Amino acid sequence: MLEAKAHPNLPVALVKIHRASVIVDGKALLSEIDLTISEGESVVVLGANGAGKSTLLKLCNAIISPSLGSLQTLSLHEQSLIFQRPALLRRTVLDNVRYVLSIRGIAEPACTEQAHRALTACNLSATANQQARSLSGGEQQRLSLARAWACKPRLLLADEPTANLAPTAMRDVEALLKAVQSEGTTLVLTTHNVAQARRLAHRIVFLDGGMIVEDRPAAEFFVSPHSAAARIYLEGESL
Amino acid sequence: MAAASSLLLAGDSTLLEITALSLRVSATATVIAALIGLPLGAWAALTSSRLRTPIVVVLNASMGLPPVVVGLIVYLLLSRSGPMGPLGWLFTPAGMVMAQTILITPIIAALARQTIEDAHVPLRDWFTSLGLSAWQRILTLLFEARFSLAVVLLAGFGRAIAEVGAVMMVGGNIAGSTRVMTTTIALETSKGDLPLALALGLLLVTLVLIVNGFAQTLKARMERRHA
Repeated sequence: MLEAKAHPNLPVALVKIHRASVIVDGKALLSEIDLTISEGESVVVLGANGAGKSTLLKLCNAIISPSLGSLQTLSLHEQSLIFQRPALLRRTVLDNVRYVLSIRGIAEPACTEQAHRALTACNLSATANQQARSLSGGEQQRLSLARAWACKPRLLLADEPTANLAPTAMRDVEALLKAVQSEGTTLVLTTHNVAQARRLAHRIVFLDGGMIVEDRPAAEFFVSPHSAAARIYLEGESL
Repeated sequence: MAAASSLLLAGDSTLLEITALSLRVSATATVIAALIGLPLGAWAALTSSRLRTPIVVVLNASMGLPPVVVGLIVYLLLSRSGPMGPLGWLFTPAGMVMAQTILITPIIAALARQTIEDAHVPLRDWFTSLGLSAWQRILTLLFEARFSLAVVLLAGFGRAIAEVGAVMMVGGNIAGSTRVMTTTIALETSKGDLPLALALGLLLVTLVLIVNGFAQTLKARMERRHA
């Protein structure tokens, strides 16, 4: 668990990963990862399929542990993880949000009030009594964001949240991610969409073969990527 | 067939009494089996304990428990010199409930395990990221899979009410006391009183069809609603 910041002018580190490797069945999914995520950042993790982006997010969330090295992160109650395919319960939209709040120990009537506020913020209040799984793909992803938002996490980890969404739905989700970030939540996002990364990232972490090959401010990364893997990746995007 | 139909249409009191006892015994056994089998199935679906594999093997194998063997074991347990003899359950509906519970608990637990495991897969990472305890996961998944589990319970009830061997041995098929539909059918057929046997047979098949039809309709409707 991370401690309070030592100096008022230094950014608070929410995640500190030091020389961490994740090895499953003898295969290294992540190798020698050094990464610090500070409060207020908007970090986009890029990389080809199988580069280890999702594994890195799960490591940040501590739902997997490093096989080697060390990990310091926030408690699970201070962070939220959302997935490419939203994990929704067979309940109404409102009850999906109330569920996560009740897990966090928020009692009624605050629970329902907070859930309604989150749904309103995510423009889902009209669907509050609909079954969650009957929503469109974009609405389902907004619901998973509403669930995260309702808990007011300090760190939001989003694993390709706009993959498979139509452009309008993608823009809606992006707008919400920006809104969450503007309220002070630190954002770590994986995506294959370079244009989206340009729109959302302050900082880019580029993974190749389970290793971080670039970790730089977004403006610098997109102008002059250092690694061949990143150059090839960005060229592929521009084809 | 005509005699059987007239018994059914006339609402014969013996027939109604036997049917009511059958329903009461099997429904009680299903409730008890659900209270044991659902948490056990959920635990087996979620645990990473080393006991999981042997328990799953035992549960799956127990789905095919021969009723007469269960009847024999329960008979020995409940007989006067058996460890549960002082309860005085032999040749009573309570003993029959016990036998049916033993028969259907593995069925409910094994089917619940598979159902809950399937429901857990798409939610596993999210549950982990929420930091749910084992009990929170189990309760959430039991609710999440409620429609499929309702069908599992009705399958258990169907198995219980259609059972004859164990309840015959443990209940003794005593008229007015432990005589249920299946044991009456067996007895009346051996006596040559086919109208009552046939009427009960028709009623039993109808009950099983209604229960299963209801289960399927409920599941389909709820799944459409929650799709």
